[in-house]
Amino acid sequence: MKRTGAQIVCESLQAEGVDIIFGILGGAILPLYQTLPQYPKLKHILVRHEQCAAHAADGYSRVTGKVGVCWATSGPGATNLVTGLANAMMDSVPMVAITGQVPRSAIGKDAFQETDVTGVTLPVTKHNYLVMDAKDLAHTIKEAFYIARSGRPGPVLIDIPKDVLQEEADYVYPESVTLPGYVPHLTGNPAQIKRAAKLIAEAHRPVIIAGHGVIISRAYAELKELAEKAQIPVITTLLGISGFPEDHVLSLGMPGMHGMAYANIAIDRSDLVIGIGMRFDDRVVGRVKDFAPRAKIIHIDIDPAEIDKNVKTTVPLVGDVKRVLSALNKQLAPQNRLDWVREVDQVKREHPSHLISDTNKVLPQYVVRQIWEATKGDAIIVTGVGQHQMWAAQHFFYTKPASFVTSGGLGTMGFEVPAAIGAKLGKPKETVWAICGDGGFQMTLQELATIAEHKIDIKFAIFNNGFHGMVRQWQELFYNKDYVATQFFNPDFVKLADAYGIAGFRVTDKAGVRATIDQAMAVRGPVLIDFVVEPEENVYPMIPAGTSVGEMIEAPLPGLHLVDSKDAST
Amino acid sequence: MTTNGAHQAHQHTARQHTITALVMDHPGVLNRVASMFRRRGFNIASLAVGASEIPGQSRMTFVVNGDDATVEQVTKQLRKIIEVVKVTDLSQEDIVARELALVKVKTPSADSRAEVIQIVELFRAKVIDVGADTVTIEITGDENKIASIMTLLKGFGVVEVMRTGRVAMSRGRKAPVRAAAGSAKAKASKA
Repeated sequence: MKRTGAQIVCESLQAEGVDIIFGILGGAILPLYQTLPQYPKLKHILVRHEQCAAHAADGYSRVTGKVGVCWATSGPGATNLVTGLANAMMDSVPMVAITGQVPRSAIGKDAFQETDVTGVTLPVTKHNYLVMDAKDLAHTIKEAFYIARSGRPGPVLIDIPKDVLQEEADYVYPESVTLPGYVPHLTGNPAQIKRAAKLIAEAHRPVIIAGHGVIISRAYAELKELAEKAQIPVITTLLGISGFPEDHVLSLGMPGMHGMAYANIAIDRSDLVIGIGMRFDDRVVGRVKDFAPRAKIIHIDIDPAEIDKNVKTTVPLVGDVKRVLSALNKQLAPQNRLDWVREVDQVKREHPSHLISDTNKVLPQYVVRQIWEATKGDAIIVTGVGQHQMWAAQHFFYTKPASFVTSGGLGTMGFEVPAAIGAKLGKPKETVWAICGDGGFQMTLQELATIAEHKIDIKFAIFNNGFHGMVRQWQELFYNKDYVATQFFNPDFVKLADAYGIAGFRVTDKAGVRATIDQAMAVRGPVLIDFVVEPEENVYPMIPAGTSVGEMIEAPLPGLHLVDSKDAST
Repeated sequence: MTTNGAHQAHQHTARQHTITALVMDHPGVLNRVASMFRRRGFNIASLAVGASEIPGQSRMTFVVNGDDATVEQVTKQLRKIIEVVKVTDLSQEDIVARELALVKVKTPSADSRAEVIQIVELFRAKVIDVGADTVTIEITGDENKIASIMTLLKGFGVVEVMRTGRVAMSRGRKAPVRAAAGSAKAKASKA
């Protein structure tokens, strides 16, 4: 049957099970917009900046596991997507982005709103396409979704000239794709699985470092089985958080630069590191030669290029985490490692990084902990990048799978506002809290209009310290407190919320923290809380960049009384 | 055994590696490959591209300088490119490798021309053009042969050099690196 290019796009998206598209219109993509009313199942959310269309699709994907979809017009619309694509690429998030392009005859002529979008996005997409004929649209979209979601997921961009959207072609949605150059490795090599099982059986002090792959592969049960069966403590990377329940006796929290001291010490003392769906990023490893100096390494990842990229592996295991773990678990007999588990527990008592100073100040860590208590941990937490992100990772205890949404690899400030939109629309029944830095929030706050327009029920906790806090911390520690360009003027966030018709509260004292969180939770609809927090609070522990656990700066400082509100509340 | 901080990638001394890649004949595929090399900081010593025996697929030959770990990363990152069908590192194999060079040499006198032609014959090269005061020579061989003749020709004054870069394949009956289109038909199911 004959369809216009725009109709083929919509039909293909429906065939892929797409239910929501984030975007902004413009000249080149207009034929697609004008066709949209024929497809009421495709819900469109008009954002206020294309970067946020991509981040919203990203947040949607992370909580649902589905491919997020965004689109934009040619030229500036497409270039605005770039940060969002790079973010999804770094964090292996499946996404399909569609961009309008100038008509075929105008390509290469520096036409109005023309940009070489496939050229610009080449290094920040898993793959991209320029479709020059409407008859190629259906199979291209089929391929794009397949590539985005399979193997190591990532963003795929499809650039479509305006006249291709307007011309007619026969439409049949293909059943399968033919990609001779793309065959993801899914099952682990049986010989390597045996070797890994043997190493695990022989180890005395093994640790698991679980990453985003556990969540992408939905391998929660398999990871838990491995940890319990072999009695191995589980450390979760920033993106691995919520892949393993943090109330579990074997949970050791986050490793690395701002990881829990006990997680880093356990890695340091270990004789076997099992990296699962993670990539030994520099923020986790620090100085490579001092990382886990006594340990052999088993590295499980679906991307062969990650093996031996940053650290040398003893046993590489390429495959889908869920399948590999399931095969590995079958090879393992139950093991008893009580001595090691007790030792790790002792380290945890000696280095209680998860505790918070008992003070009357409004500590950001305390705000995070109170959100955890008020929600009983039953919430999706979305963050931007910086100090607030680290505190949200450290002081909320994640027990629900895929409940922590954050920008890891790229470190995109402002990610939290649009990603929270995607998360809430993807999981409308979940409580969504966006924990925001005051710096990052101002990079994407225009999306408050989108949120108000659709009454999207997101609770915003802005940590207002008047600084780019993480950078200020580096200036304090490494640049002799020379605070160049880190302190800034903030608007009145409560009035700002009011301008958008969103409920706004300000908290300036400790007593108000919990009361206001409870008040916000009682409101149906979006709420913004401006937490005026201790301005020069630092994130600890800290292992400075390029160093190792031996150089870890631990806090709080001696003499401060600590309160474990986790214990106090239960 | 990996002990005592031995997780760092092996620091072998850099040497020359020959890598071939079978790629889809799509617009922009050279850009994808070159962009990957550039953004990951890998250096290409030479690159040659041309049609392969498979319709719709081309073969590229890269010469890459680096230690084993770097070259392993190069091949893995190449394989990740969707339009790259197959990558083979020929460094460990017995290969035949050739390069073609065109060299335009100054020959202002009949004597110099005769001398150059003598060198050409010695190297089994070819004179492919003769001008009033230049001759253009075609040489095929490995890099050593081309380097040797270049050394000899330098004395006459080299006007212009054009080299193709190395093309290579393994010796003997070994099948060419091939992944027939359609063999990897992937079943795409809904997530």
